[in-house]
This record gives sequence, C-alpha cells and structure tokens, in this order.
Amino acid sequence: MGKHIVAALAEIPPGSQKLVHVRGRAIAVFNVNGELFGISDTCPHQGGSLATGATVGLTTSEEPGKFCHSRPGEFVRCPWHSWEFDLRTGQSWCDPRKFRTRPYDLSVEPGEALVAGPYVAETFGISVEDQYIVVEL
Amino acid sequence: MNVPDQVLERSAETAAKLQLVDCDIHPSLNHRQALHPYLEKRWRDHLDTYGSLAHCVYAGRGGPYPRFTPETARRDAWPPNGNPPGSDLEFMKVQHLDAHDIRFGILEPIVGANNARNTDLSAALCTATNDWQVDEFTSKDKRLKASIHIGAEDAELAVEEIERRAGDRNFAQIQLGSRSVEPIGRKRYWPIFEAAQRNDMPIGFHVGGPSPYAPSPSGWPDYYIEDHHVLTHSAHAQVASMILEGVFELFPKVRVVMIEAGFAWVPPLAWRLDNHWRKMRSETPLCKRPPSEYLKQNVWFTTQPAEEPEHREDLRLLFELIGFDRMMFATDYPHWDFDDPQRALVMPMSDAERRMLFHDNAMNFYANLD
Repeated sequence: MGKHIVAALAEIPPGSQKLVHVRGRAIAVFNVNGELFGISDTCPHQGGSLATGATVGLTTSEEPGKFCHSRPGEFVRCPWHSWEFDLRTGQSWCDPRKFRTRPYDLSVEPGEALVAGPYVAETFGISVEDQYIVVEL
Repeated sequence: MNVPDQVLERSAETAAKLQLVDCDIHPSLNHRQALHPYLEKRWRDHLDTYGSLAHCVYAGRGGPYPRFTPETARRDAWPPNGNPPGSDLEFMKVQHLDAHDIRFGILEPIVGANNARNTDLSAALCTATNDWQVDEFTSKDKRLKASIHIGAEDAELAVEEIERRAGDRNFAQIQLGSRSVEPIGRKRYWPIFEAAQRNDMPIGFHVGGPSPYAPSPSGWPDYYIEDHHVLTHSAHAQVASMILEGVFELFPKVRVVMIEAGFAWVPPLAWRLDNHWRKMRSETPLCKRPPSEYLKQNVWFTTQPAEEPEHREDLRLLFELIGFDRMMFATDYPHWDFDDPQRALVMPMSDAERRMLFHDNAMNFYANLD
C-alpha cells in the first residue's frame, strides 16, 4: 500500500475528467461539482475507456409522460455502448448484480504535506502552494 | 455475463495470433460536399440548388429519429482534427486497423447516396461514392476494400455500376441496404443478382437502407430503441423474399451476407419457412428445395452487434444451429454499437471455429482479398 499522486487538482476542474495510470492500473478520475471520483478505466462489458465517456445524471420514469432527473453528473456512460456506471460505487446501472468497475478512494492533499512524504509522484514535480489528488493503493 | 478470467485471457492470446477480417467498417465524408469532386457539374449544380433527398418522409434529417450518439459514433472515435468519425484514415489506422491487427476491412459507406427516388441522381452519387472510397481509403491503405455502392431501385443503372467496378481489385462486394421499395427477390431486381453472379461478386445487405416506408409493419415507432430493433425485420423479410422468389435457384452461385442484422432469428426463420414450404411449395415453383437449404448455400451473416444472452452456451448454440461456416466477424467501427474482436462473442470456441469466424469465412466469401 502506498499513496500515489495522480494529478494536480487544477488539472481536473469541476465537470472534467482524466485518465491516469498508477502502478500499471488505468484509473478514470472525475470531478463532479468539486467532488472527486475514481474508477477503473476499463469498461467490464467490452473494454471501452470510461475516461472518455460522458458524465450524465439518472433519468427515471414512474409512468409514461413523467420523468425525473436526479444525481446530475454522477454516472459515466461508456463511450462505446453507453453502459452507465455509478461513480460512487462503480456499479453498472442496468446490471448491477453482474457488472461493476472498481471504485478508488481519492483524497486531496496540499502540496506542502506531500513534499514531506511518504507519497510517490512519478511524473511531475510538486509545488507547495498547490492541491493534489491522491489515491491509496 | 460473468466471464472467468482464464477464458478472457485465453481468447485474448488466441486473438493476438489470429488474423482478422472486419466485414463492416464505415467510412464517412469529411464535409458535406466531399463527393462534389466526383460529380459532373450537372449534379453539383443540382445538389447546390435543390439539396439532397432523405431516406424517409420527414424533412430536415437523414433519418426520422435522433441517434443515440452524435453521428451514431463511439464517443472516442472523433479524430483529433474534429472531423466526423470514420472520415480520417490516419486516425482510423491507429485506433482501429493497427490496434486490432486487421488484415482486411470491408468499407460499408452510408453516405446518403443510394436514395430510392430520383435514381439518376442516386446513380451519380453512388458512382461518386465508389470513386471516393478508392481515392480516400483503399488506394492509401491496402488493408481496406471498397464496396460497389449501388441503388437497387434502378436495376439498369445498378448493373452499369457493377460492370464498371467488377474488374477493379479495390472492390470486395456489391453493397445494398436491407430495405428496398419492394421485396428484393422480385423480378425487377434480378439483373442485379445476375450481374453479381456473372462477375463473381458477393452482395452485402447492410441493415437499413433507402426505403421510404416505415421500418415497422405497423408504422413509425416512437423511440430510437424500437427503430434500432425493428430494422432487423427487414433482413428477415429480404432473406425470405430471395428464397421464395427463386433468386438462389436462378442464380445459384450468388453469395449474400446480411450485415448488422443480428442472427438469433435465423434458425427459427429456417424452421418456419421449411414448415410452410412443405405444405405450400406449389405456390412458389422457383423455390424448388426446402428454404433452409438455400440459407445454407447462399446466405451468410455478420456477427455484430453480437447477441448477449445470459448464458454464453446459448450463444454458442446459435452458432452451431446456423453453422460456424456461415458467420463472419464485423466491428461496425466507428459506430457506437461497435464489437471489440477480443471481448465480444464470449463463448467457448475451438481454434478452427475461431479461425473460420474471424478470418477464413470472409477470405472465401469476399472478392479480391488476397
């Protein structure tokens, strides 16, 4: 187990997403209104890269003609077949029993704390003034 | 589908060694006037003045439904230059042809050329589409093969185009949509089958096509999901029409493939037609043998979008019933319902079956793949 810096917070502002690699794992990182989510990038259906999927909300209907939209931005739709995954749990919306993509816990740490360690930043230098997204693996 | 890891690993390993023929790749125009350089001035002026015809009764779009995704494409298939998915050969090479180690890919242009109305205009647009495929794709990458795009409704002009291209090694098949104005087995379309047989060119029926009628026998569905489903019914009807009207009796060497129309419907169609034929064959004297025999002799199917039954042994059963020798792999790149060669069709297969499905059947079926 170790903490890995995957990106500067400023790189993934609200409404955006990024593919990062940590110890050989491809992780799709999403910023939904300031809340960060990380899930395994590979769609468990046929392997599309979820980091290139659109983030959407949940549209449900109790009866014909009535629609309810909730949880905007909290699901990612695979860029290929549009399977939807809940960013909070990694579960598939249409088949949660069989399909899920692994969720990762992300945290935001100030650069000041990271410089002290025991963090691993392989690809970029750290500025003490900035905030960074960290995953524990 | 809960797939044990070892099955996926094994299939990935085998697929890496397999050579692959992709029977359905969609090239697209990089701008609205991309066919203009291949059209006579008369038709350029016509299009600039009056615009083009759509395949359906509703104005304003090529189709009556909004599509599931922009340009019906995978969201990751837009080239970096921002042009439509399928229009940039260099990006297609990197994302698709190289990535999946594709030996040959069959182009299936769906560019609005083969309209059922104003067939003089359609024929000019089909000729332009065929020149464009060679110029922009097949002459630049020998892995890609073009389709002789024709409009079925004017068989005379269609045959002219087939004759124009038949000796050209850039072309692997004749391409029709699965929807025509009348059932495709009728006599008015026979010259197309005659020309196909004479030139030893197979015919690919890509699902959809230039019919102006509603896709469902009861009219226009409300939703795209329903439209997406009823599209496949046209393939059932066209297969039955060709068999019952005697197309395969009159032109026994004709090879047709139903592309992107599913395949789970094939065994019950064969059972049902055979059952009817045993009682009513005197009505269709040109259908001399049980319909299932023509299916086994003249008709192939592409796999995408592969059925995904809950139990993967059910998928294998379908292939066994239809015959592994009748099935050919296709991805539908760059469309959203793309099938990944290493991840679709999750079922146990022998190496020989896998080779047939991903390579050998298509090598034997298509023209000029060598």
